[in-house]
Amino acid sequence: MRKITSTRRGFLKTAVGAAGGITLGTGLFNQSVLAADLNIGFIYVGPKDDFGYNQAHAEGAAAVKAMSGVSVVEEESVPESIDVQKTMESMINFDGTTLLFPTSFGYFDPHILSIAPQYPDLRFQHCGGLWQEGVHPDNVGSYFGYIGMGQYLNGVVAGHASKTKKIGFVAAKPIPQVLLNINSFLLGARSVDPGITCQVIFTGEWSMAVREAEATNALIDQGADVITCHVDGPKVVVETAAGRGAYVCGYHADQSPLAPEKYLTGAEWNWANVYTGMIKTVQEGGSIDNFVRGGLAEGFVKMSDLGPAVSDTARNQFEATRAEIMKGGFAAIKGPLNDNEGNVIASAGESFEESDVALESMDYLVEGVIGSTS
Amino acid sequence: MSEVDLGYWGVPLAMLGGAIRVSTPFLFVSLGECLTERSGRINLGLEGTLVCGAISAYAVAFETGSPWLGVLVAALCGALFGLLHGLICSLPKVNDIAVGIAMMLMGMGLAFYFGKSYVQPVAPDLPSIPLGAWSDIPQLQAALDINALFFLGLFAAIVLDWVLRNTRAGLYVRVVGDSTAAARAMGVHPNRVRVISTLAGGALAGIGGSYLSLYYPGSWNEGISSGQGLMAVALVIFARWKPLYCFGAALLFGSAGAIGPALQSVGISSGYHLFYAAPYLLTLIILIITSSPHRLLSGAPAELSITK
Repeated sequence: MRKITSTRRGFLKTAVGAAGGITLGTGLFNQSVLAADLNIGFIYVGPKDDFGYNQAHAEGAAAVKAMSGVSVVEEESVPESIDVQKTMESMINFDGTTLLFPTSFGYFDPHILSIAPQYPDLRFQHCGGLWQEGVHPDNVGSYFGYIGMGQYLNGVVAGHASKTKKIGFVAAKPIPQVLLNINSFLLGARSVDPGITCQVIFTGEWSMAVREAEATNALIDQGADVITCHVDGPKVVVETAAGRGAYVCGYHADQSPLAPEKYLTGAEWNWANVYTGMIKTVQEGGSIDNFVRGGLAEGFVKMSDLGPAVSDTARNQFEATRAEIMKGGFAAIKGPLNDNEGNVIASAGESFEESDVALESMDYLVEGVIGSTS
Repeated sequence: MSEVDLGYWGVPLAMLGGAIRVSTPFLFVSLGECLTERSGRINLGLEGTLVCGAISAYAVAFETGSPWLGVLVAALCGALFGLLHGLICSLPKVNDIAVGIAMMLMGMGLAFYFGKSYVQPVAPDLPSIPLGAWSDIPQLQAALDINALFFLGLFAAIVLDWVLRNTRAGLYVRVVGDSTAAARAMGVHPNRVRVISTLAGGALAGIGGSYLSLYYPGSWNEGISSGQGLMAVALVIFARWKPLYCFGAALLFGSAGAIGPALQSVGISSGYHLFYAAPYLLTLIILIITSSPHRLLSGAPAELSITK
């Protein structure tokens, strides 16, 4: 009896051992498959469903998630401080990400610039930064879109919709991208009627709900009847403006559900297209360029569907201008043009095409914009 | 919509409108804090209560379709926070300021956690009363479109002032706030009075939060309060622990907040960062002017841990 029992026990031991071995083997095999996955991290400065900047990026990340052979980690509401460095470190060391998308403008300098050199094998893709060869690390890339063209188209529709010939812009901070949007919005409107002016109010913060609402009210009190904005989450601006009876043009993402009657159109990011393109390049063994830019034609930027309040004349000019921009090489900033302090920006015949890098260090507001950059 | 050209008149109008639009959360939080501090405790957690009130009101209004039910739930939620703070501080040797900071962080954390799924939905707003209908200037009409909660706040300030002055309950609160020993000699339970005061104060702060998410700016996001609850606590010192002064102080802070955007809208745009600092600058100046190294701030309850 004893002998048999011990044999049986021995058999069981062997069997369990074998099973364990097989499980372990399978486990290892799975791990090796996981390691072949491209591990990508997305970092947002605010909540990823903010109807704005972060939502636009998160929609891009969602498209990446749907691809095969990738795994995605995300973290939202990461401040532009030492916090983002900690987030990047933990994504790299704990989640094993090899490709990072820290999406907020303020993440670039000094945060990405101090982390990237420590991990030369990894890739850091930053949205909006002005990467320069020789100055910045080679494993850092910068990408952005010519969304100013979207604001130009917003301006065209706004120019037709405005009765007071005053349009308003709620802006966060006077950085080049914001200034280009303000200028483009006005110039788009002036392509309809050269007498239009654009009032700008800077809130000083990317997200400050009460102040954005106050700014919107102040613009409308001064007679502006079409409002757009460049803040992280346009929800408050869109709702406040529509509540006061003004028309709105969207920014970052589609805000038409917030004001279906008053929403004219909007300049939206199309990050889903951009991100899936970049990931495909990496999966096929290629490398992403350090400096990537694109506009409407390249599918970096798109426009919201025109709202019910847009007239046929406005629609026609909108479509015609869009077709013009789609050809590439469109210049919103073209001479003769002065800034609003009387300095010459472009003399007659001179123009800055959408792809001109000089536009990315813009520090002026053009004639017709009421406001100042400091 | 035919706007009238206001020119520089836009600035005082924006300040009037801003005073009415922005002041309500300041008012409710400062009234709540005023009551709590009059009973001898400081509740620094009201920023957390405000944000929790905002999200609970928004969520309830969205789920049920009734904004007023949202206000009620926000008040209940605030009362719960107040009760918790009051009870913890009733334990021996507990520092009310430390508990308040913990409650503030907890409140904000909870609100952001539960608020994740409510950033997208659009909840119904509280209705407003169009008191500017007599005017044919649309800007004035908009400025005088006043929410009922504003009047509720004014009413609460008057009632609280009267209760503190003239009723037995008010006397209990005051005596507990000024001398625990005297209160005990009178046969009043200091902790019981303080817990009830903190609870009522929390409820008021919760209502303040519901105004933020349901009326102005009228949506839920994580930056909705941006420190208004904390400023309201400072406002109580500024208002000398008097409910009616709290009303005035809230109006002043509301209008100070409107200066920045209003000045830019009439073309005075350089140095806007400075204009945005106006409310904080105002607090600082007033505190410096009214402080003295020789005596307590007049009106300060003697049992407050900061004045002891």
